[in-house]
Amino acid sequence: MFFRMFVAFSPWNWLLLLVALKGADASSDLNSSNSTAQQWNSNLNARFAAASSEPDERISVFSLDYDYVQIPYEVTLWILLASLAKIGFHLYHRLPGLMPESCLLILVGVLVGCIIFGTDHKSPPVMDSSIYFLYLLPPIILEGGYFMPTRPFFENIGSILWWAVLGALINAFGIGLSLYLICQIKAFGLSDVNLLQNLLFGSLISAVDPVAVLAVFEEARVNEPLYMMIFGEALLNDGITVVLYNILIAFTKMHKFEDIEPVDILAGCARFIIVGLGGAFFGIIFGFISAFITRFTQNISAIEPLIVFMFSYLSYLAAETLYLSGILAITACAVTMKKYVEENVSQTSYTTIKYFMKMLSSVSETLIFIFMGVSTVGKNHEWNWAFVCFTLAFCQIWRAISVFALFYVSNQFRTFPFSIKDQCIIFYSGVRGAGSFSLAFLLPLSLFPRKKMFVTATLVVIYFTAFIQGITIGPLVRYLDVKKTNKKESINEELHIRLMDHLKAGIEDVCGQWSHYQVRDKFKKFDHRYLRKILIRTNQPKSSIVSLYKKLEMKQAIEMVETGVIRSTVFLVPYQTQRIQGTKRLSPEDVESMRDILTRNMYQVRQRTLSYNKYNLKPQSSEKQAKEILIRRQNTLRESMRKGHSLPGGKQAGTKNIRYLSFPYSSDARIAEITDEDSSDSGSPSILFNAQSQTDQLQERQLTQEIIPMKRLHKGGKTFSFGYQSHASQEEDTDRVRRAAVRPKPLFHAVSEEYETEEESEEEILPIGSRWTAEHKNGREHHKSHSPLLQRK
Amino acid sequence: MGAVHSVSREVRELEGKTGFSFDQIDHLHWRFKKLSRDQPTIRKENFNRISDLEFNPIRYRIVRAFFDNRNLRRGPSGLAEEINFEDFLTIRSYFWPIDVSMDEEQVELCWKEKLRFLFHMYDSDSDGRISLEEYKNVVEELFSGNPHMEKESAHFVTEGAMMEAANVCVGQMEPDQVYEGITFEDFQKIWQGSDIETKMHVRLLNGETMALCH
Repeated sequence: MFFRMFVAFSPWNWLLLLVALKGADASSDLNSSNSTAQQWNSNLNARFAAASSEPDERISVFSLDYDYVQIPYEVTLWILLASLAKIGFHLYHRLPGLMPESCLLILVGVLVGCIIFGTDHKSPPVMDSSIYFLYLLPPIILEGGYFMPTRPFFENIGSILWWAVLGALINAFGIGLSLYLICQIKAFGLSDVNLLQNLLFGSLISAVDPVAVLAVFEEARVNEPLYMMIFGEALLNDGITVVLYNILIAFTKMHKFEDIEPVDILAGCARFIIVGLGGAFFGIIFGFISAFITRFTQNISAIEPLIVFMFSYLSYLAAETLYLSGILAITACAVTMKKYVEENVSQTSYTTIKYFMKMLSSVSETLIFIFMGVSTVGKNHEWNWAFVCFTLAFCQIWRAISVFALFYVSNQFRTFPFSIKDQCIIFYSGVRGAGSFSLAFLLPLSLFPRKKMFVTATLVVIYFTAFIQGITIGPLVRYLDVKKTNKKESINEELHIRLMDHLKAGIEDVCGQWSHYQVRDKFKKFDHRYLRKILIRTNQPKSSIVSLYKKLEMKQAIEMVETGVIRSTVFLVPYQTQRIQGTKRLSPEDVESMRDILTRNMYQVRQRTLSYNKYNLKPQSSEKQAKEILIRRQNTLRESMRKGHSLPGGKQAGTKNIRYLSFPYSSDARIAEITDEDSSDSGSPSILFNAQSQTDQLQERQLTQEIIPMKRLHKGGKTFSFGYQSHASQEEDTDRVRRAAVRPKPLFHAVSEEYETEEESEEEILPIGSRWTAEHKNGREHHKSHSPLLQRK
Repeated sequence: MGAVHSVSREVRELEGKTGFSFDQIDHLHWRFKKLSRDQPTIRKENFNRISDLEFNPIRYRIVRAFFDNRNLRRGPSGLAEEINFEDFLTIRSYFWPIDVSMDEEQVELCWKEKLRFLFHMYDSDSDGRISLEEYKNVVEELFSGNPHMEKESAHFVTEGAMMEAANVCVGQMEPDQVYEGITFEDFQKIWQGSDIETKMHVRLLNGETMALCH
């Protein structure tokens, strides 16, 4: 749609502009960038000058002006190529489970590099310090923060922080110092690399990118704490590494003029802490501001994604202005904002935000990897056997040391310690990625005369870890038989989890003991009492149980249609007998008659029924009515299925404006009717009727039967592994203010699938990549509890 | 003086019996005394004084669980009138984290005990099955804190849950088969191997794990 294209267009404009400006600015590092950009700039001028200064030239019918579009053209081609590669990658189902997607991107980059090198072409200057830090990095971080599963993250936060922060520090300093010692050995010819440079190199090479392996983990379905460890590390690692990098760069600059004193080192440490915490603080503030603003955007929902993105980006920039960690800022902003924004924004905005975020981060990552591939094939290398080999060795050694040491300590404090197998997996998942490469590439040449060697070593480490470790970690996980998670989404589970939470909190209250559940409880209370009132549009807390229930029911309906209607009849029977408390059984004839009715598309004006009230209705009629409604629904579904997968927005014959009739609950005998909105029809109210418990009065009223059109059949999304589907989308989408929270009787059991609203049924959703799907799944999977189930009084 | 001595002797006995540490028993004893107002036993009314519990949607169930004869191992059903300190500890011991260094069988047993506690929370009439009604009561209580929730939701959610359970436990059902309710075996089946087993524990801040089973 127009809005989306518009927003997508502007980053490219800025990119062009920036490159043009950079061309004029002589302080650019990349020589090619300089010359090409200047050339491009002069071409631009020439073109426009030519237009005005030579009016009497013959007008040529066809002419070629490649220089004008070279940079955007090539960048676009790169991205397109990577996207095509990803499509190909996913066409073969087993491939995403075998190797991480970053491998694929690197290969594409190498291919492009070969082409460029072969044709002796000057590559477009995509990679520049400013471009990287200002445009390419924020989307990646934002996506990581936004899709983080909050509940497991905060449950394990102690371990995650301990591991991520200290792990990064130990690795950085360990590798740096060891390499310095190696450099002292005269035989290797590295003695001009001083301590600071080594430390800097250590810090940038310790930037792991384990998200690459998360996709592989998806396949293997590792248990939740392990997953969260790696995800948490991925999230925080970038921030920490960049902070460290910047501090050390500052030190390096200083070193030219004066010696470093201990007070500087202390200042460095203090700065590290301040930068980290300050960044997070900024992020939280911006998160709250944007959540607050989205409260008022109900009439102009088109700007909601804009607000989300702009505020996140603003938090990044604001933090960078003050030399705080922009990465941590944007992460904190995303985490804070997500909870409230998701409840405030409209459904389309929500989806837009999700997909756009994925798209941006995918584009960034692609560009970085391709540029990495391009740099690989070229002449800017300096190969030094000792340095490279020792770097590789030390990376592994220090990672092993940090993993086993840190986890040994943190296991003392954990109720469920990580086993050695888990620790091995964590060690092995230390795959380096785009982050290291970028930081290496952006080293200032003036301070690092041997920059090429660093780049070469970095590339070797990345290739080694990404390919060899990335490909073998899947089999390793299976071989080690790491404890799997058995997460299947089910209503029972959700209910039990809720019960347990309250039970635990209750036991704590009774026994007068504090633990972190108390903290979470208190936070929830605070959140409910104050934050939600301020930040959320209309404070209708959604029950995640009901949301899940609805989603599962929908899923069931779809499945039922797919597998045929016979199964549903089987389900219907036990349900009804349950309801009637085991005193009534459906005879086989009833079931038969049901099957007969199925073949006829019977439409009957429904009467409201008090099926649950066994005292007031004759059981027969209630069952018949139940069957009829079921049949009606099934038929509609089958019809819609026949007409194709994606249902047009509610316009099918027979399915338009169809609503569920829900069965009333006997005790207070109220009936709710659900309307699902068509995309054209917004704000159709949910109707609540009060029914008396006498049948005759009810039978006077007549209702038209309506069934929810099944629009959300994304068969294409079959690659989503069911176990990891979350109902985060469910929590927000169906429980919109306008809709009633009641669904008709459940007939089905739990399997999950993605659920989109009708407003998006027409849009094609391109899977952007397995990483996207992995994180999409991850991000939504554990998101069960973010909306508090209950309001505290 | 005598009272103090007898208390500490009692505590030491309990320490031996239940496997809690002295400090923990001490703390719990102090808490017990506060709740009971220095009486040797507690009744249900004493729990009303816990202010934080008021916000808990399932508070009545929790309080009942403390007096449930099945949890106290006094009998197959019914509620006790009052409980003493040892009973208090027994209930509390259901929530100790399982010591993972124990052998498999013991871990299994401990886990079964915890599950049984949970099962008793649902099964209020002690007939060994969670019927639709009982389950619905639980769900209603869970929803009770939310004034915007329609009453029917509880019903539908319960039905959905029962359906799920039926499918997990019994599989495909015959047309005339009746699913009476969730038995304890079914309950166990639902929880087979899920991550939830890591969640049923309440830890003291000093973070010690104790072997639950005695």
